[in-house]
Amino acid sequence: MTDVGRHPRITLYTLSEVVDVKGYVGNFDVRILKKARYVNEKECTACGECAKVCPVVRPDEFNLGLSSRRAIFSPFPQAVPSAYVINIQECLGHNPVVCAKCVEACDKGCIDFHMSDQEIVERVGSIVVATGLEVYDPREMDEYGYTRFENVLTSLEFERLINAGGPTGGEVLRPTDRKRPQSIGFVQCVGSRSLRKGGAYCSNICCMNTIKSTLMLKEHYPDMDIKVFYIDIRAFGKGFEELYTRSRRLGVHYIRGLPGTAAEGPDRGLVVSVENTAAGKLETYHLDMLVLAVGIKPAAGAQRLQEMLGLQLTSDGFFLEAHPKLQPVDAATRGVFYAGCAEGPKDIKESVTQASAAAARAIRLMHNGEIATEPITSTVVAEACKSCGKCAEVCPYNAISVDVKRKIPAVVNTAACAGCGTCAAECPFDAIVMNHFTDGQILNQVHALLEEDAKEKVLAFACNWCSYAGADFAGVSRLQYPPNVRLIRTMCSGRVDEKFIWEGFRLGAPVILVSGCHIGDCHYIDANRWTEKRVAKIHKKMTRLGIRPERLQLEWISAAEGVRFAQVMQRMEALREAVTPEEIAGTMEVLTKASKKEDAP
Amino acid sequence: MPARAPVKETETAGEGPRIGVYVCHCGLNIAQTVDCRKVAEAARRLNDVAVSKDIAYACSEPGQQQMKNDIREYGLDRVVVASCSPRLHEPTFRQMLQSAGLNPYLLEMANLREQCSWVHMKDPEGATQKAFDLVKMAVSRIRLLQPLQEETLPLTPRTLVIGGGVAGIQAALDLADNGYEVVLVEKQPSIGGVMAQLDKTFPTMDCSI
Repeated sequence: MTDVGRHPRITLYTLSEVVDVKGYVGNFDVRILKKARYVNEKECTACGECAKVCPVVRPDEFNLGLSSRRAIFSPFPQAVPSAYVINIQECLGHNPVVCAKCVEACDKGCIDFHMSDQEIVERVGSIVVATGLEVYDPREMDEYGYTRFENVLTSLEFERLINAGGPTGGEVLRPTDRKRPQSIGFVQCVGSRSLRKGGAYCSNICCMNTIKSTLMLKEHYPDMDIKVFYIDIRAFGKGFEELYTRSRRLGVHYIRGLPGTAAEGPDRGLVVSVENTAAGKLETYHLDMLVLAVGIKPAAGAQRLQEMLGLQLTSDGFFLEAHPKLQPVDAATRGVFYAGCAEGPKDIKESVTQASAAAARAIRLMHNGEIATEPITSTVVAEACKSCGKCAEVCPYNAISVDVKRKIPAVVNTAACAGCGTCAAECPFDAIVMNHFTDGQILNQVHALLEEDAKEKVLAFACNWCSYAGADFAGVSRLQYPPNVRLIRTMCSGRVDEKFIWEGFRLGAPVILVSGCHIGDCHYIDANRWTEKRVAKIHKKMTRLGIRPERLQLEWISAAEGVRFAQVMQRMEALREAVTPEEIAGTMEVLTKASKKEDAP
Repeated sequence: MPARAPVKETETAGEGPRIGVYVCHCGLNIAQTVDCRKVAEAARRLNDVAVSKDIAYACSEPGQQQMKNDIREYGLDRVVVASCSPRLHEPTFRQMLQSAGLNPYLLEMANLREQCSWVHMKDPEGATQKAFDLVKMAVSRIRLLQPLQEETLPLTPRTLVIGGGVAGIQAALDLADNGYEVVLVEKQPSIGGVMAQLDKTFPTMDCSI
C-alpha cells in the first residue's frame, strides 16, 4: 500500500469517483470527481492532535461500528494517504464560533474548511476495472437473527474482532457482556448458493475464510468449542485442504447442514437447530456467539460504470469477461480490463494474479505506442443515412454514434468497431458498408452458387468463429456428409442480411441455412441475438408469402461440434430433397414479382 | 473520432480485374478426391481469370514462389487460392500477396480440403463439382474485393485503475513498475479495500497488509 503512495508514476486520487468516460481504446477522456478532504493531504503528518479535541463521536466504519471515531479521523492506522479526513456531514461546522477546535489544535495549519470538490480530467489509453466487492447484507435473511440478537456477527465483523489492530486488540469478546465466548458457531453460505435470497452462486472465499477463523481461534483459545454448519466445504485451492484437515484435527466440529433458524437463549447465547445430514439427526446446539459467513456481492457502482464504459454484466451483477476461458481479464470493450472481485468472487491470490494479468494485457496493448485498427470494419455512406439509429441500437460495441433527433448521420468509430457486420445487416437503407463482407461481395457468391442446378444445392451461411470452424472440424475428423452444401463465410451470423436470404430463394435455392455460435458464445458479445430475431422475422414473412418456413433453418454450431455440423448437413439435404421443383418455381415467381413491384419483402 | 470513408464498390474500371486461380493438390489430401486439374481448367474459362493452375502445395516455398512469379508475369491484381481452410493459411497467403506488392486483402480462399475433399471422400464426382462451385464463388467474390489498410492511431500510454483494493493496487504497481503512468481512483479516503480489514489470510495465515 505504501508503495502506491510513494510511487513516482502513480497519481492517487482518494475520495474520488469516475463520473464520465469519453473516447475509445488508446484515448479515453476520464472525468473524475474528487471530493474535498478538508485536510491538506501533503502537509498532514497524522499526529492525531485534531481528533483528540473533536467533540463528535461516531461509529467507526473500518471497524464496522464495533468502535468509534471522531468527525476528523484517520480511516485506519496504515491508511494511504496517511492524512486525516473530515466527514463534513458530521462536523459541527466550519464556523469558529460553533467549534473549529481541530483548526486550533493543528500546528501545521492543515485543516481548510474552504476546500471544495474538484473535477479532474485525465486522458488514458487503457482502463483497469478493479471495483471490488460488497459483502452480503444479512438483514434480508433474518432467520439467523442478525438484526435481533447482538451476539450474531458477520464474518467481516468477526474479522475486526480477532484483528490485533481491531477494537478489542484481538481479544474475541461477546458484544453483549464483553466476555470471552466459550462456544462459537459459524453458519456458511449466508447469501450464497441460494435461489431465494442473496446469490445463487458460490462466493468462493467463505469456506476457507471460516477455516482460517477457526484456526486463529484455536491458536488463541485451544479449549473453545467451535462448530461449523455447512453445505459442502469447498477447499479446492493449493494448500486449502491441508488447512481444513488441520482445523478438523484441532477439534473444530464440522456439521453438514445449515440451521433453519436461530433463537436467543437466557444468557443471550444462541440456540440453533440443525438437521445434521451426515448423521441423519435433528440436533440442537447452544452457542455463545454465532458468526454468519456472508457472501460476496458485486460493488454498488458496477452498473453505472457498466453504462459509462459499455461493458456487460452477468446475471449476478459481476462484470462479464470477453471470453470466459481465453480472455478472462479482457472486457469486450477494447482497452478495458478486469481485476479482482469486480469480475467475480475470488480470494486474494486470485485477485492479485488477475490484476497482474490485467496489467500485462494493458501493457501488451500500449507498448507499441500506437493502436492498430481492424481494417474489416463498417463504414457509413452518409448520403444514404436517414439517422434512424437502428445501427447504433444493434452495435454490441457502442461503436456507432448517431444523433436521431438532429438527424445527423451515423458515424462508426473504427477503433471500437470489431467488424461483426450486424449494423450493415440491420440498416434499412443500405447506408452501411461492411468492408470485406459487402452486400455486393456476398450476393456475388450467392449468384455464382445458384447459377446452375440451383435446386440441387444447399446454401449455407456460417460465422467465422464457430460454425465455419465446426465445418472445418468435421473435415479434420473425416466425417462424411452429402456434397450439395456450399458455405458462405461471414465474420458473424449477425452479418447475414435479410436480402441475402430473399435473393437466394428468388434465384431458386431449395433450402438455406444460417449458422452461428451458440447464444451466449457469440464472439461479438451478443450479435447473434439479432440473427435470431432476424430469422424469426423472415420466417413470419415467408409464411405470409406462402413459402414454407422450414426451408430456412437456423442452427447454432460451435467450433467443437464437427459431428453436429455433419448431422445438420444430413438434415439439410433431407429437407432439400423434400422441396419439389414446382415449389421452387412458385417461390421464384412470388419473389420475382415482389421485387419488381419494389415492395420486396 | 476516426471514421473511414466508405469504399466505393465498383468492378475495377477499364480493363477489369486480373485474377489468378491456384487449385492446390495438398499432396493427395485434396487430389485423391477432387480432380484438381479439371477444376483449374474449368476456372480458366471464368470471366476475369487471367491464369488458372493446379499446384502441388500452394503453401510451400516453391508454391508461393510460383504464385509470386505469376503475379509479376501475368500482371495479376488478385489471387484465389483453392486449398485448405482460410482459418489455417489465410495469413500465409496474405503475406505472400504483400511481398509480391499486392494488397493482402485482395486474396480469397476456397476451402477444398476441410469442407470438400475430406468430407466427400466417397463421391469424387460430387466433390469435384462442389470444388468448382467453391472456386466460382471465390472468383465472383474476389472481383469486388477492395484493398484495405490497417490504420494506426496515436495512443496515450497511461492507465486508469478504478478501485484501490488489493487488485487495483497490484495492477497499478505492475503497470507503474513497467514504466507506465497510472491514475488510481479510490472512492474511500484510503486505498486498501476489504483486504485492509483482514488480519491473517489463508492459505498461509500471514498478515494481509
